[in-house]
Amino acid sequence: MLDAYQTLILLLDSTLRLSTPLLLACLAGLYSERSGVVDIGLEGKMLGAAFGAGAVAYLTSNAWLGLLAGIGVAVGLALIHGFASITNRGNQIVSGVAINFLAAGLTVLLGQAWFSQGGRTPTLPQGGRFGEVILPGAEAVRDVPVLGPLYSELISGHNILVYLAFAAVPLTWWILFRTRFGLRLRAVGENPAAVDTAGISVVLLRYRAVVICGILTGVAGSYLSIAQSSGFIRDMTAGKGYIALAALIFAKWRPVNAMYACLLFGFLDAMAIRLQGKSIPMIGEVPVQVFQTLPYILTVILLAGFIGKAIPPKASGVPYLKERS
Amino acid sequence: MSAGQLPRWVDYGLIPLINLIAAFLVSGLVVLLIGENPIDAVRVLIWGALGFGEGVGFTLFYATNFIFTGLAVAVAFHAGLFNIGGEGQAYVGGLGVALACLALDRIVPWWVTLPVAVAGAAVMGAAWAFIPAWLQAKRGSHIVITTIMFNFISYSLMVYLLVNVLAKPGSMQPETRTFEEGGRLPFLNDIQSLVDFGTAPVNLALVLALIASALVWVIIWRTRLGYEIRSFGANATAAVYAGMSPARIIIITMLISGGLSGMMALNEIMGSQHRLLIEFVAGYGFVGIAVALMGRAHPVGIILAAILFGMLYQGGAELAFEMPAISRDMIIVIQGLVILFAGALENLFRPAIVRIFTPSRAPAVQAG
Repeated sequence: MLDAYQTLILLLDSTLRLSTPLLLACLAGLYSERSGVVDIGLEGKMLGAAFGAGAVAYLTSNAWLGLLAGIGVAVGLALIHGFASITNRGNQIVSGVAINFLAAGLTVLLGQAWFSQGGRTPTLPQGGRFGEVILPGAEAVRDVPVLGPLYSELISGHNILVYLAFAAVPLTWWILFRTRFGLRLRAVGENPAAVDTAGISVVLLRYRAVVICGILTGVAGSYLSIAQSSGFIRDMTAGKGYIALAALIFAKWRPVNAMYACLLFGFLDAMAIRLQGKSIPMIGEVPVQVFQTLPYILTVILLAGFIGKAIPPKASGVPYLKERS
Repeated sequence: MSAGQLPRWVDYGLIPLINLIAAFLVSGLVVLLIGENPIDAVRVLIWGALGFGEGVGFTLFYATNFIFTGLAVAVAFHAGLFNIGGEGQAYVGGLGVALACLALDRIVPWWVTLPVAVAGAAVMGAAWAFIPAWLQAKRGSHIVITTIMFNFISYSLMVYLLVNVLAKPGSMQPETRTFEEGGRLPFLNDIQSLVDFGTAPVNLALVLALIASALVWVIIWRTRLGYEIRSFGANATAAVYAGMSPARIIIITMLISGGLSGMMALNEIMGSQHRLLIEFVAGYGFVGIAVALMGRAHPVGIILAAILFGMLYQGGAELAFEMPAISRDMIIVIQGLVILFAGALENLFRPAIVRIFTPSRAPAVQAG
């Protein structure tokens, strides 16, 4: 019994770690799509950020400077997306695809040219990586039955970015639903003409949303290379940006739901790792691919309208033209 | 100012050219950033792609993949649909090709296997596109998202099948057995003697790709179905008013698109690898987006764009060999830039070009 409890704690612990980058990217997409800019370039921005963070953290031995660089890269890519889709009113899907290509190519190309390690960045030195944060009292309560391990193993002992990601959920909720900026952001994603008529700049609002999206994907990517692992490796996002996109739809573009969706998808990932090659009582061995595909299958089923209905912001994906010429 | 007011050669020639030049200029900056000479790089690239028979052969081999995936994206474009799932459709199409070859290769010659393999590729690719198409048509689920999801589902499905079902008995490799003669398309080198392609695997699938291009042109511009597809893409509401069925158009268009993606597997699986293996699609499905954008969704443009991308692939390999600092990932960067400039930023240069070409053509409108 105690053994099972310990296993459960470990499983949930890795769920938190695996959910964090999804959650950050999912919230990033939420800001962008709520403002009416569809972003399938989450993957590319995360990848670019992971590389920037890994490279700078290695060179400076400072995780915070790495994080800053990661955010810088992602915001840069976000601004390209903004320029294409807001200023030039180009196709937002195409722009997102372009950003994913650019990031996939540039990270490995520059990584190879600068570090000559087959596209990866060298292993981070001491200080280049975000360490575990031991919450106060974690050691003291470790031996308390049931609640002790819950606090000291599951809640304490993550790096700062994990806490940041989960703190961003209520913050995003508050910004979106309790501030003037949030109201305008949601309005511009539903009916930009109305926002424009009220004398508020659609372009500026959307650019701000896209930059916030860049910052959050920047943190998400940095998490991968300088918190979860110790350096950048080729294609290290491995589709996480797309899972975040799926989670965003699954959450019906709402921040708290986004957290649940990311935790669910993170949990599936943790299960896949844990159950690899093992068999479950009563069911037998479940192929690891089942867990890997479940997020996508669930999202498709949701999109099909069989579990509630996912309705995107009305104006998302539609460029705003001030007046017809 | 609509596109229709530009002369055709500007719309289909000059603007793509300017976009391409912009993409290459930025690529040149990237090469400078790495510390190599862009002019030298271009010289190596062009020589590697076209300088000798084997290089040309490889260029055409890659171009064959791009023609199929480019046509697939383009057909969907005409109906206003964005099929981003070429990757998954080609992957599953490979299953159709492999099943046909595995079943027939030991009993019949290749030209008997071929039609079965073509059907297998097209049917499996189309089937993989069917569910997203049906969901878009009947339930309004956004096809971009569902096709992305289906790409990932196909990766898992194919890995599962290759590891647990199709793998050679006793082998740890996630791949099928190698096909015998009856499951192999002839290399162009073996059926003609005009050009020597060396060891390049360019094969009969190139001819199939050209036939497919011609058929796509006929379907889109010379049939009732094509008229419906183009009408629906230009103005869905008007098409519905004219009595066309949106669900039917969406589903048929996506079936054609998926079938074309699936046929890409003929070149890789039956033409070159002679066995089904994991991740053989290797991004060709996504590159189809760049090819379709560059070729302005017209078969002739797509063939030209596919050859250009084939040159990049083959020349890029040569470049990585001659200048080790520029790895093959440079091609991915160039593709990204082409997608950016030819697709997402297509409005960047267009207004200026429209200004250059309109005053002399329509002075009466300005006076009035």
